[in-house]
Amino acid sequence: MTQGGTTQPMEPSTAAPTSSGEPLVVVQDLVKYYPIFSGLFKRHIGDVRAVDGVSFVINKGEVFGLVGESGCGKSTLGRTLLRLLPQTSGSATISGEDIFAKRGKDLKQLRRRMQIIFQDPVGSLNPRMPVSDIIGEGLLAQADGTNQWKNRKTRDERVGEYLEVVGLRRDYARRYPHEFSGGQRQRIGIARALALSPDFVVCDEPVSALDVSIQSQILNLLLDLRREFGLTYLFIAHNLSVVQYISDRVGVMYLGKIAEMAPVERLYADPRHPYTVALLSAIPDADPRRRKRRLVLKGDVPSPANPPSGCRFHTRCWLRTQLGDPEICSTEEPALRDLGGEQFTACHFAERINPELIKVAAAGQSLVDTSDASDDAEPVSAAAPSA
Amino acid sequence: MTTEHRAPGGGTIEDIVAVPDNEVALESLSQWQLARRRFRKHRLALIGLFIFGFMVFLAVFGPLIVPFNPMFLPGAIKAGGDQPSLAHLFGTDANGRDVFAMTINGARISVAVGLFSMIIAGVAGVTVGAVAGYFGGWVDNVLMRVVDVLFAIPFLFIILVSSRFFGKGDVLSLVLIFGLLSWPLIARLVRASFLSLREADFVDAARAVGVGDRRIAFRHILPNALGPVIVAMTLLMASNIVLESFVSFLNFGISETQISWGNALANAQGALSFGDWWWAFFPGMAIALTVIAVNFVGDGLRDALDPRSRE
Repeated sequence: MTQGGTTQPMEPSTAAPTSSGEPLVVVQDLVKYYPIFSGLFKRHIGDVRAVDGVSFVINKGEVFGLVGESGCGKSTLGRTLLRLLPQTSGSATISGEDIFAKRGKDLKQLRRRMQIIFQDPVGSLNPRMPVSDIIGEGLLAQADGTNQWKNRKTRDERVGEYLEVVGLRRDYARRYPHEFSGGQRQRIGIARALALSPDFVVCDEPVSALDVSIQSQILNLLLDLRREFGLTYLFIAHNLSVVQYISDRVGVMYLGKIAEMAPVERLYADPRHPYTVALLSAIPDADPRRRKRRLVLKGDVPSPANPPSGCRFHTRCWLRTQLGDPEICSTEEPALRDLGGEQFTACHFAERINPELIKVAAAGQSLVDTSDASDDAEPVSAAAPSA
Repeated sequence: MTTEHRAPGGGTIEDIVAVPDNEVALESLSQWQLARRRFRKHRLALIGLFIFGFMVFLAVFGPLIVPFNPMFLPGAIKAGGDQPSLAHLFGTDANGRDVFAMTINGARISVAVGLFSMIIAGVAGVTVGAVAGYFGGWVDNVLMRVVDVLFAIPFLFIILVSSRFFGKGDVLSLVLIFGLLSWPLIARLVRASFLSLREADFVDAARAVGVGDRRIAFRHILPNALGPVIVAMTLLMASNIVLESFVSFLNFGISETQISWGNALANAQGALSFGDWWWAFFPGMAIALTVIAVNFVGDGLRDALDPRSRE
């Protein structure tokens, strides 16, 4: 949000999801399948389509938030980007360099540029290593002729510096992870990620395992560090308030695909995908006296091993119900369309969404049960024949 | 030793950690020193180490101090032997041989079989298990099928066949066979730990900064997998000592021309029913003491190597 330019609406752009600013990370049609094997001979019987054709651009200095329910593929996406998981297909570049083409020495070089901060502050730090080794390990692994990191003293010096950068004391380097609180451990994880001076950091739900009081500290630390070191974040989370606070642009993921992508203010003010609308209506209100009508989604997320045909969201879509179940939703997969103002939405009926309709849908779904809901919706669907 | 690592002012390690400003004291404590310190706090482990050390001492020097020749029958052949007395502390057997000397001399083969078979099983098991668990896929498949086959072969059958093949009483072949037959257990344990730990976030973090496979396997995964392995190895050593006595008891292990605790027990076959408890009691006690001591040491080691454990 502090970054100028990136969040301001631009003139209607071309079909590819782009935005203003200098692109740092460009992801094109990224696909990651987990094969399913079965039987004695381990026959390949299918795939879990964790990430199924995702494209986006992250600009230099920007925080790109990625939200979605558990299991929608957002963490897989982050880890695939960092070469922690092998990709199935697609491409990704950082400053024009092909991330997936690197091997051996080149890959190791590349790793300096992209780092990760994990969700679990306990599992992400080796319990048998002192903090000095945890943070210094990357330096040791990356030691070469251009730096002095082979030398323990140089390394420890740098470890101390980064401990202070993340708000910890230098002498904590001698301690072991179990001697720290959750927030402190997360700071250690951040120091480890930053010690190699990366440009790009994947934050994989970095605050969801923390106390609410600690969450804001860590978020603010991340924002401070971005300013100080000119970092670019891919911020993965399922907490919409957190994403709203920290992100410049946000992508909403559903079942391995991006449903909607827009600058943060725009996405929260004027969501154009029924899934985004439902997510936003689920944000808890700080004022308990205010009764909020929620758009409650029915059923569970379908299995990513066998995603629904057409639009992946159509099995749970309230908008489709309101529109009288148009056929196109289950037959044709909606492309990510440019709605102007850097907003991209993968919905056939994105233009139909308006506050009035949302209110009707919310009322229909939360006040009366589903059988009545379609009756209530009748006037709307009759007034809006399929486009 | 103890005072060297004390913080100025004689505090314990807890005090040092609680006062991190004391750079000098912190500088002097490496991970190994911390581990040693924790081990020393573990009373049972210390007792175990002392007993085991004593057994190793007997194994090395015992025969020099109390010479014993199992083939030499000093006369006084007497059914039932003599009860423990001042002349014969542990009594004598039917052939007039001194049970005290038998027990002390038996340490050499028993301890050697237990210790070396454990080392072989440990090295082979950890290596195979680590490779299988870390790389997974077909490597894992091949190695685990080998393990399955080894598990499926009856232990005793191999020993019986090989004792005929190598000749009875060959200690080296006994060590090799015990070691080679017991590594699959360790391998499975190590593999299981590797399989779960290689998915850990700290492993991903290490890969993300560019740490190589070997260092990840040995610096990140293995130390975290070691706890149960150490315990399993001490149990293995104990069971191999017992196994040696069992095999010798069945007359397929150590020949009568040598002496081990197991052999001494075999020699006491039937003695108990005549009330001649001392033939079996003292070698049996030696086995039990060693086994318990080794288990205590394993327990202490596991705790000492875990930085999370409190003193």
